[in-house]
Amino acid sequence: MEIHQITIQAGIDKLGNTERLPDLRINKGEIYGIVGPTGSGKSQLIADIEQLAQGDTASKRRILINGAIPSHELRSDPRKKMVAQLSQNMNFFADMPVADFLKLHAKCRGKSKVDIKQVISIANTLTGEPINASDNLTILSGGQTRALMVADVAIISESPIVLIDEIENAGIKKHEALQLLSGEGKIILVVTHDPVLALSAQKRIIMRNGGMRDIIESTYREKQISLQLNDIDRCILALREDVRAGRKIEEVNFEALRHELSFL
Amino acid sequence: MKFIIVAGTPGAGKTAVLIHTLKILLQQNVKPSVVKIDCLYSDDPKRFAKLGVPVQLGLSMDMCPDHFSIYNTDAILEFARAQNSEFLIMETAGLCHRCAPYTTNSLGVCVIDATSGPNNPMKVGPFLSCADIVVITKGDMISQAEREIFRECILETNQNCSIIEANGLSGQGASELALQIRSTKKRVSENESLRHNAPFAVCTLCAGEKRVGAEHHRGLLRKMNGMQEYVGE
Ligand SMILES: Nc1nc2c(ncn2[C@@H]2O[C@H](COP(=O)(O)OP(=O)(O)OP(=O)(O)O)[C@@H](O)[C@H]2O)c(=O)[nH]1
Ligand SMILES: [Zn+2]
Ligand SMILES: [Zn+2]
Repeated sequence: MEIHQITIQAGIDKLGNTERLPDLRINKGEIYGIVGPTGSGKSQLIADIEQLAQGDTASKRRILINGAIPSHELRSDPRKKMVAQLSQNMNFFADMPVADFLKLHAKCRGKSKVDIKQVISIANTLTGEPINASDNLTILSGGQTRALMVADVAIISESPIVLIDEIENAGIKKHEALQLLSGEGKIILVVTHDPVLALSAQKRIIMRNGGMRDIIESTYREKQISLQLNDIDRCILALREDVRAGRKIEEVNFEALRHELSFL
Repeated sequence: MKFIIVAGTPGAGKTAVLIHTLKILLQQNVKPSVVKIDCLYSDDPKRFAKLGVPVQLGLSMDMCPDHFSIYNTDAILEFARAQNSEFLIMETAGLCHRCAPYTTNSLGVCVIDATSGPNNPMKVGPFLSCADIVVITKGDMISQAEREIFRECILETNQNCSIIEANGLSGQGASELALQIRSTKKRVSENESLRHNAPFAVCTLCAGEKRVGAEHHRGLLRKMNGMQEYVGE
């Protein structure tokens, strides 16, 4: 099934008032950020879309696909699922080796041809500590877990709608991760507190008190700022890897950073 | 009367999901009674009573709570009839993993916690494999991949069940469960029998023997090597 558009039909906020933002239509190829303070309902919004809610969640929102109510099958059968989600969870409960887990998930998604080795090597491009196929899931570090989750969502759950809940927290290369997750023509929603990611989205939904309050369209200027911030980010991530690897930090190219900052 | 039997491991989220579901049923003017079966103690009756529904508590003490509920089914049904209820919802926390409390004409609902890991559906036995509805809770705590794997593992153990992904905190899934409870065609009869036999052997341990060691035990006993023998008169 081809997806052109999803509609988020407004529900209620935490006080029971109708959401300020009326029905929101998101088209194929668009990237939206979701921003707001902790507890403002960002994760609920993502969860509503993941479940293709039909007034049956706390927010009472309804999600339409191409303007119509999705079938029960589309809502539940992982083989038909159109939504891939990277949730905030930073640990796995399944007690099994990485490769077995990925194989099992590929089977659930009806993807028999997925190359498990490739998924792991892609995960390893996002984290400083390499993951082995035989590692048990439960012993992976936060960064490894996150990197594996990203690779799994990008390749095994590969879907036209991608939901990303706070990719920034686990010290993985977030810009690379975002790139991996967002393919051509997808609908992407990113919950984030991170200015680099928030400003790189075309539009951002402002959340307050459990409801969608407003939409801001990002400007050309914001896009530039986002790119510059990304360079600073990269620098900090590299330093972080050095520190973790037990290396001494001899110097930081502050000149280059200042050069970036001078544009801000 | 409709008899809804809700089983699941302790702490799986049975009460949390049921409270959301009961609220919806009450809004729809359904008159349910609730019976809670537990081992030694339970707060659940208080939580249910806040909704204004008639509640009864049964404590199984030394018995598996599911065995206890099976044994007391008549008394439980009598309680609900006395309340003029159209629906009786019974919550029980199975312990032995070899039995299931569902009777032939009840609606069997199994509540299972997604954080228990994908091997758990294989371990919990008949209360999952012969349920009509399987409610998966705590999906909010795991990744989408793990949720999908968990769901698949449930379907491997029980192909015909209808799965509801629920959240005991937010109430997600409760309206689906309420709908399935309302629309079930099943009505409890005079002659209910179990869908699955309870563990078939009664051994000396069941009767209170405390001494360890094979020579103290009688009954139908299974050995480590899988062989089974009857020891006794
Ligand atoms: N995160 C999360 N927590 C949940 C969910 N459902 C229930 N809980 C929590 O799990 C704990 C146990 O929930 P109960 O509803 O009491 O579980 P129960 O199965 O009725 O437990 P017993 O009656 O004692 O066997 C509570 O602290 C709930 O708040 C869920 O979907 N997500
Ligand atoms: Zn309970
Ligand atoms: Zn039992």
